[in-house]
Amino acid sequence: MPGSIQHNASVPGAVPNPGSAAKAGPLAGIVAAVAVTAYAAAFLLSESQGLILALLVGGAVAAGLAVRVGAHRAVARSLAAHGRLGDGLAVGMVLALMVIFHDDHYALFLVATILLYVVAVLGLNVQLGFTGLINFSCASFFGIGGYTAAMLGGHTGVPPLVILACGGVTAAVVGSILLLPVLRTSGHYSALVTMAFALLFKVFMEVNDAFGGPQGVDVAPMRLFGWDFSSDVEIGSYTGSFYLPYVLLALALAVGAFVLVRRIERSWIGLSLDAVRVDEVAGACFGIDIRRWKITAFTAGNFLAGVSGALYAMMLAYISPANFTFADSLIFLSILLLGGIGSSWGVVLATAVVVVVPEKFQVIQEYRFIIYSSLVLLMILFRPMGLLPRKVRAYRRQA
Amino acid sequence: MDFGLLTQFAINGLMLGMMYALVAVGFTLFFGVLDVIVFSHGDVVMVGGFAGLTTFYWLDAIYPGLSHGLMLLWVALASMASMALLGIVMARTMILRLRSAPPLNTLLATMMLGTVLREAVRLFYPNGSNPKPFPALLPDWSLDMGHLSLRLDNLILFSLGALLIVSIHLLITRTRLGMAIRAVAQDAETARIMGVNFNAIVFLTFALGSAAAAFAGIMNGLYYNEINFGMGLLLGAIGFSAAVIGGLGNIYGAILGGFAFAFLQTLGAVALPFASAYKDVFAFGVVILIMAWRPTGFIAEKTSERV
Repeated sequence: MPGSIQHNASVPGAVPNPGSAAKAGPLAGIVAAVAVTAYAAAFLLSESQGLILALLVGGAVAAGLAVRVGAHRAVARSLAAHGRLGDGLAVGMVLALMVIFHDDHYALFLVATILLYVVAVLGLNVQLGFTGLINFSCASFFGIGGYTAAMLGGHTGVPPLVILACGGVTAAVVGSILLLPVLRTSGHYSALVTMAFALLFKVFMEVNDAFGGPQGVDVAPMRLFGWDFSSDVEIGSYTGSFYLPYVLLALALAVGAFVLVRRIERSWIGLSLDAVRVDEVAGACFGIDIRRWKITAFTAGNFLAGVSGALYAMMLAYISPANFTFADSLIFLSILLLGGIGSSWGVVLATAVVVVVPEKFQVIQEYRFIIYSSLVLLMILFRPMGLLPRKVRAYRRQA
Repeated sequence: MDFGLLTQFAINGLMLGMMYALVAVGFTLFFGVLDVIVFSHGDVVMVGGFAGLTTFYWLDAIYPGLSHGLMLLWVALASMASMALLGIVMARTMILRLRSAPPLNTLLATMMLGTVLREAVRLFYPNGSNPKPFPALLPDWSLDMGHLSLRLDNLILFSLGALLIVSIHLLITRTRLGMAIRAVAQDAETARIMGVNFNAIVFLTFALGSAAAAFAGIMNGLYYNEINFGMGLLLGAIGFSAAVIGGLGNIYGAILGGFAFAFLQTLGAVALPFASAYKDVFAFGVVILIMAWRPTGFIAEKTSERV
């Protein structure tokens, strides 16, 4: 296939990362995290459309200024020097938002949605970003997880935490039906396979009465150690929204998925996956089993989508085929592309933008599809590497 | 099941097949010259239908007494011409720019373009989010025999579609212009060296494919008596499936694929034991199976992997 070397070909070990000075302090990173948290809180708090517009413009200007004066490089250095700091700060940010919005259902719902979308898109990232497997049915696997939660929660006594795992396993198993055609085809032909599956899934769910048909189906809420997630949290005199535990659980999922995906990326598995994407023939010459890694990546990605879909369905308490259309798969793909294909932090950033902005900025709600698609279109034309491009592998620190 | 009913289903299948083949021909033409999948093609079909409808409104307002035949001629011409123009603009502003991008980026970009077209019609066409009745511009004469009704309008539509496909085929195989298109499809570099104006050929191909799409859009409107903003997505997916199962880059493959998909849908709707609502599930399921069986379609692309 012509041009199969994609993105800024992260060939392993090609160029050592030039910006990794070991002496940068943690301060810049902490300041940046606090600023972002404050911004996110302000954004979620503000009600008036004018204020939100001002915040949007202000945020864009501030980001532009930061890039202009080179502050982003200081932050990147600071985070690179203190490996765990960035992860800790991100978790801290979510916890801070949870404290600020402890009784605001809507804001917490958005935070949980972001976290769950992050998990699904991370799965897509393993498939597409690392391995180069095109998957146009991410939303379908998300939906398979959701429907699994609905069916198991409604008809059986399986504990909800196990249901989450079942959602992932079901998605992975259903995905394995597609494995044969996905492995045998390449390029556009394999795009067709997943696209056909996405269309098939939605129609199937609509016409099949056993799964609720077009009206959808109710989903039993999460229950953990006898604690029902559908009622408000009350600890002494302190009351919190019932979304709080969902945010916590989603955060745990997101952190788990993030760590897993980063570990995969840094390991020999990630290296093999990269080789499969960049050049199958060369990879095979080096003894990399192309089929094995394609199967691994496809299954792992679908598993992540299924798990997050299951929890998402429990949180929504009601799902219908309209939640899992081909257009939704395109939104997942757009998130990955906006963030930067292959870049896990890019996924987090882009998900937050794509989920929150249209929800809060109601003026554009009606126009959100046209705005997303135009944005992604412009992105592909003018900045194909995304907002936070994936970094080239660096195995050795420069002295 | 009696013979009349069976023939009726066969006729409906043939009508659908012609529509799909017209769309698939566009996919395969674009893939031939530029090696790209232009996924917005299905939405160009939809916009073509709306362009035809708009032309009808205008003509009806200016010359209320115009005969239906003339009206249809103008509607078709205006819609095909405007879609040909849209095709050229798309090729110029996007597709040519993305030539060196990874194939996935092109596919995604054109999907996004399709969404932009779809949403633009929904949001900005007057009352665009509702289905629009399409005027019946063809004579409604029909021959009824039991369960079978042979409709003149279907016959005319089918013949016009066949005429269009045959003329595209003749243009590509019998003329100098067609030779240039085939040359670019085979090897763009060499074609350029031989003095073929590459950009002009690309624009011509996009004009041709998009005009065929516009005709498919009008055909769709006349056949179903309505058009809606969302019809492009499914038509695009079906056209793409048809072009792929036939074998990309091959015009016979596109025609074969188009009729094959219509056959699958009809088969799924009538002959199989489950409810007819599953016809698309069945058709797309079989498409996936076909891809597993023949990974490059029935008529395989002639390529060899260079290492």
